[in-house]
Amino acid sequence: MSNTASSSEAVGQTKTWPLWEVFIRVKNGLSHRHAGSVHAADAKMALEAARDTYTRRMEGVSLWVVPSAAIVASDPGDAAELFEPAADKVYRHPTFYVIPEGIKNI
Amino acid sequence: MYTTELKDKNQKSAPLVLAPEDPERLAAFDARVAADDFIEPKDWMPEAYRKTLVRQISQHAHSEIVGMLPEGNWITRAPSLRRKAVLLAKVQDEGGHGLYLYAAAETLGTSREEMIEALHSGRAKYSTIFNYPTLTWADIGAIGWLVDGAAIMNQVPLQRTSYGPYARAMVRICKEESFHQRQGFEIMMTLASGTPEQKRMAQDALNRWWWPSIMMFGPSDANSPNTAQSVRWRIKRETNDELRQKFIDVTVPQAEAIGLTVPDPDLKWNAERESYDYGEIDWEEFYAVVRGEGAVAKERMQARVQAWEDGKWVRDAAAAHAEKHASRMAAE
Repeated sequence: MSNTASSSEAVGQTKTWPLWEVFIRVKNGLSHRHAGSVHAADAKMALEAARDTYTRRMEGVSLWVVPSAAIVASDPGDAAELFEPAADKVYRHPTFYVIPEGIKNI
Repeated sequence: MYTTELKDKNQKSAPLVLAPEDPERLAAFDARVAADDFIEPKDWMPEAYRKTLVRQISQHAHSEIVGMLPEGNWITRAPSLRRKAVLLAKVQDEGGHGLYLYAAAETLGTSREEMIEALHSGRAKYSTIFNYPTLTWADIGAIGWLVDGAAIMNQVPLQRTSYGPYARAMVRICKEESFHQRQGFEIMMTLASGTPEQKRMAQDALNRWWWPSIMMFGPSDANSPNTAQSVRWRIKRETNDELRQKFIDVTVPQAEAIGLTVPDPDLKWNAERESYDYGEIDWEEFYAVVRGEGAVAKERMQARVQAWEDGKWVRDAAAAHAEKHASRMAAE
């Protein structure tokens, strides 16, 4: 994921087009997955650019484009603290429980 | 298409000198990379790692974009509708590859405009191979077969490069690139089994593209001072000479199979090494082309700059349209 969407930054006389993140649903039944990003002036152009850039070989049946600036991301530097609450809860996994041999279908 | 890290001869001994990093963070970073962990955009990384990546990825992106030019020359002159459709698809792929790579470089904090400006002003390098002209249709075959073949050899290990966005772009590119090589080989094969004149044309293309193609792997390891650091950082996974040897070993039998001769009198199979020995590379030519003395270097940049300038009104119109639309939406 890109860390900046420089939408308001003016370069020369032309404004930089904002950055959009592209998500593709490969086929129905699967969720949309991040594929990459494109620059585009508006949403319609972003969809067309995403199609031309990421689905030249029938890679998907549906596209999402999301302004990169709209994405709120966690800070990888804080990952340890952020995910710490789950670290000591192994009892959330079925393998935590010991079931005697001979007990079936559980 | 691909470029290895390019600098001209005078630059090559200037190492990256940057402020010292926090040793603890640096050690943690080195350990992660050594353990084949991927580095992602918002992770902490040493400045030199970031700078090396920006340079390598943007050079790679520029090469994809400039690489559209020599082949674009032949779209209107392709010998059949099938060849024309294939060539169009290939050139469009190269544009796509450039875009994946620009996007990957942007995650490191550089902007698309900065990179394009660096290319157009001549500050940024791109693969020297594109500064050679495409004189005949056989050159389109030779480019697909040899230039894309060399690119694949270079790019396959980069799918496991340590920087996540770069590695993901390379996975996508490698998937698409093998059609490029095969369509090129098919062109050469067809010409080589055609009339004597067609065969001569294929041989002539091989003669002109062979040496520039094996130079694409970059200077020999002895003259590539940044290789060791790049290998440690998993930005590079194999050295220039290792990749070059691999390329020669797989390509020579392909040429023989279609009755063409690799233009290197010193080329011979070394049974002991189970590899081909090959002749001396003319590095003076390589560095001259890096310096921008390639046959069509000026033409390439003029074509790029003109395309950018000619497209300005389209970019402006799209931006104006988006702005008008957004302000109307806000007013409603």
